[in-house]
Amino acid sequence: MELSYFAIIIGAIFVNNVVLAQFLGICPFLGVSSKVETSMGMGAAVTFVMALSAVVTWLIQTYILVPLGIEYMQTIVFILVIAALVQMVEIVLKKVSPSLYQALGIFLPLITTNCAVLGVAILMIQKEFSLLQGVVYNVATALGFALALVIFAGLRERIEFEEAPKAFQGVPIALITASILAMAFMGFSGLV
Amino acid sequence: MKSSLKNMVLVLFCITLISSACVGLVNMITVEPIARAKEAAVKAALAEVLPEFDATEKSEHTADELLIVAYKATKEGEVVGYAIESATKNGFSGLVRLMVGFDTKGTILNVNVLEQAETPGLGAKMTEEGNPLLASIQGKEAPKTNLKVKKDGGDVDALTAATISSRAYAEAVARAYSVFKVVAGWEREVQATTGASNTNGGEASNHGNFEPKRGKE
Amino acid sequence: MANKVTTFLKDKLLLVWRGVIKENPTFVLVLGMCPTLGTTTSAENGFGMGVATMAVLIMSNMVIALIKNLIPDKVRIPAFIVVIASFVTVIQMLMQAFVPSLYASLGVFIPLIVVNCIILGRAEAFASKNGVFDSALDGVGIGLGFTLSLTVIGAVREVLGSGAIFGYDLGCGDYMPLVFVLAPGAFLVLGFLMVLFNKFLKK
Repeated sequence: MELSYFAIIIGAIFVNNVVLAQFLGICPFLGVSSKVETSMGMGAAVTFVMALSAVVTWLIQTYILVPLGIEYMQTIVFILVIAALVQMVEIVLKKVSPSLYQALGIFLPLITTNCAVLGVAILMIQKEFSLLQGVVYNVATALGFALALVIFAGLRERIEFEEAPKAFQGVPIALITASILAMAFMGFSGLV
Repeated sequence: MKSSLKNMVLVLFCITLISSACVGLVNMITVEPIARAKEAAVKAALAEVLPEFDATEKSEHTADELLIVAYKATKEGEVVGYAIESATKNGFSGLVRLMVGFDTKGTILNVNVLEQAETPGLGAKMTEEGNPLLASIQGKEAPKTNLKVKKDGGDVDALTAATISSRAYAEAVARAYSVFKVVAGWEREVQATTGASNTNGGEASNHGNFEPKRGKE
Repeated sequence: MANKVTTFLKDKLLLVWRGVIKENPTFVLVLGMCPTLGTTTSAENGFGMGVATMAVLIMSNMVIALIKNLIPDKVRIPAFIVVIASFVTVIQMLMQAFVPSLYASLGVFIPLIVVNCIILGRAEAFASKNGVFDSALDGVGIGLGFTLSLTVIGAVREVLGSGAIFGYDLGCGDYMPLVFVLAPGAFLVLGFLMVLFNKFLKK
């Protein structure tokens, strides 16, 4: 069955939101979400890297790993490729667009250990997407990540002003907020 | 340790080489157990949907761009039934794989869900014993059954509050049936089982109707 | 002599114990959240994930402690990642071969052990500065802490969500709020367990 691009996009952004339904990329979700502005930067950087990594990992899987029969090297190869890619993006960005580099630069090193990037690359292969579908899926997933991150940052900015009991302060209250946000996103289920 | 280009490249190369060698070695050791584990899983699934058999003959088919594996089960040379490993990508959370057992007349003996990621407590009930989906088709003759959920005018009872999962289930069973018709020698080519909401799902009137296989995309 | 042995043992035990409580990776360091939330739909899954992570952690810690002096500083991180990724692949293949059902239920989170910040974090913060034996113990401690946390979260979610524990049906599954097995329940349970941990165990 051909999955329509529209279904892939809606599915990846809302229904199976990468953070709130699939639990990938939780570390930056909790770590970089205290301000709306920084979370937007992070979201943009992740989208950029994931679009690139979709193309590269797909090509490697299809034209190197599968023909050689070494699919089991997938994890090692993918993580190295992603790490190298992030480095390259950083170097290129620094040369080509210093202003963009200033905006996204500090987030780039963090992305290597963002499991959403590796996770989605692996899921994309598992779902047997074509190259274009894979790219669409990756970008949509990254947008879903950015959306969740920005909404969550907005919520956390408000929570800052409230006085939570001592044991709740910091991460626990953030997690409970995330839980409510995840419930809201459950409303999208069945949409596609 | 101080870094120079030479030692950086050298060390990384050596580490990668050694690790790849180790991984390759473990792969060589585990390749057989992995294959065996998969085989055991298939055997267990077959035993669940088929009457007693002593040999199976495997064949592979493509239906709607999905790989469908069919097993012809024989006992002392006589065909006792067919098991079709079918799938759909239209589940609530994507892929649903199941195995359907037919006897030689096309009666659905049992359905075993092999893989699903449906919502626990709702769509995931398709894996439970005696769920409405299975209960409504088990023991029915597939040629006389409209393999669609009742909401779409078929004969399959849906799971409560899980219409999408139920449609996916019915679609996968219908697809299994269309492959069954080929392996049982009723038809020459696998017919497309269209999406869950379409009107084509495994109706008896399709018999002997050699539609050309649907083109890609 | 005997005294020396006891202090030695005590030291090492403390090293392990520290990973379980004082530097508990889940509740105190808040690392490795993705598998913590993603795989704890049942106690068994949480336990399986914890053990798999612990195995990778111990082995990678040992190897990194062993080769730390051979690695040039600038390629330290890539070298660590290669070592970790290899062990993850090994574990992945072993699980696929010998516990296929657990492998299937943990899904994509097995290869994702590579990017679990706990492992790279311990490699960088501990194994690259300490000996092989101590690094192994650190791996055991942190690994135990992680396994314990995941098992507890998994157990709570399983009991509340599906009325069972370690797959043993308590007979009240139909009346339990399903939401605990779903995504929001993961955040909620972890949040409240963290509150309890802060209240009673953390000084």
